[in-house]
Amino acid sequence: MALVTQNLTTEERIWKLLEEVSDPEIPVLSILDLGVLKKVQVQEDGKVQVTITPTYSGCPAMNTIAADIRMRLLAEGFKEVAVNLQLSPAWTTDWLTSEGKDKLEAYGIAPPVEPNGDIHALFGRDTVVRCPLCKSENTRLVSQFGSTSCKAHYQCQDCLEPFDYFKCLK
Amino acid sequence: MDLHHKPTVDLQGYSPELRALLFDYTLQLADTSLILGHRLSEWCGHGPILEQDLAMANIALDLIGESRSYYQYAAELEGQGRTEDDLAYLRDAVEYKNPLLVEQTNGDFGDTVMRQFLFDGFHYFLLKELQNSPDKGLAGIAAKSFKEASYHVKWSAEWIIRLGDGTEESRRRIQKALDNLWIFSGELYTMTDTEKALAQAGFIPDYSGLLSQWEAHVAKIFAEATLEVPQNVFMQKGGKTGRHSEHLGYLLAELQYLQRAYPGLEW
Repeated sequence: MALVTQNLTTEERIWKLLEEVSDPEIPVLSILDLGVLKKVQVQEDGKVQVTITPTYSGCPAMNTIAADIRMRLLAEGFKEVAVNLQLSPAWTTDWLTSEGKDKLEAYGIAPPVEPNGDIHALFGRDTVVRCPLCKSENTRLVSQFGSTSCKAHYQCQDCLEPFDYFKCLK
Repeated sequence: MDLHHKPTVDLQGYSPELRALLFDYTLQLADTSLILGHRLSEWCGHGPILEQDLAMANIALDLIGESRSYYQYAAELEGQGRTEDDLAYLRDAVEYKNPLLVEQTNGDFGDTVMRQFLFDGFHYFLLKELQNSPDKGLAGIAAKSFKEASYHVKWSAEWIIRLGDGTEESRRRIQKALDNLWIFSGELYTMTDTEKALAQAGFIPDYSGLLSQWEAHVAKIFAEATLEVPQNVFMQKGGKTGRHSEHLGYLLAELQYLQRAYPGLEW
């Protein structure tokens, strides 16, 4: 491990370290899986600038994520760490890595599915969401709003499992 | 944790007049989303069923998050050292610029759904256009919030249909909500001097175009919900220029309590 990390630049090393910072509301996902970590920059004076982007405008996890990033880097010996929030371009579920989507499903949260038709249309067709437990596609939407901003509430009609769906945002 | 959104907007090319107009307008958008978000948050723990309690709390969170982005950008536009907290917590009712609709009290679930429905259509079509503003600050926030508003607009429209085309009691109550709240819908589209100047300069859309899209949307949903739009009513206005109903004072007393009692406290 030490041999490998020695060949990395400081910025690459920081990206690797931040793989250990997870979303406090979905601990199975790292901020890299989520596509929330946008940029890492080390200034000449050694100050580290980290840029993150919120999933939803009011996402209450952002402050915790920023604090966790600082703690992780300070613990690693970086003296000055600033975390900036960037809104544009706006986050989309397209930035979830495919590894992240697999982790979500294994964790019991259905990953986002491409909608049929225009997602911004006033009334789009419903998407088919697969039950993360029994993999049945016979599921129903209970509510477009779930336990966190990024999730909707579904129920499987076959195994009856109620589950969260990480809803598509584009 | 001092986590601030840093808009990457170069304001150097803006004249003082343009900055003042954009400040005024950004503040109006901020106030509108904050006040409606606060009203919705009052439902938290009181929703008719758990799923709808969660839905209203989620929509409140989106709106309050949106308002925060606007307040931070407004503070930057003003450039006088005031912060997002000063703007949200230390202005009195007469300085608030939200339209009257969003400060109306929650009433029953039907009243809340109707207030939301009338607003959501306006919000959705406005954000859709505002994403293309040459002002990168407003365009960036609009692009982010438009995605969220796409979910809100579906939620409120579905409830209008469900309640209107539901039982005799649900129809009676949602029709009453429409009769009471319709008079506040006109103000959304009555342009202030600031809005006119910014539309003229091409920074925001002209509201007549938004109005026709909104009218088609609400007419379609009301037809499906078997609801009747009140005819020949006098449209109330004033909120956008600081003339509010008495409800706003009570709302702000609660919203601003902590900052007034403990000045300087940070978000």
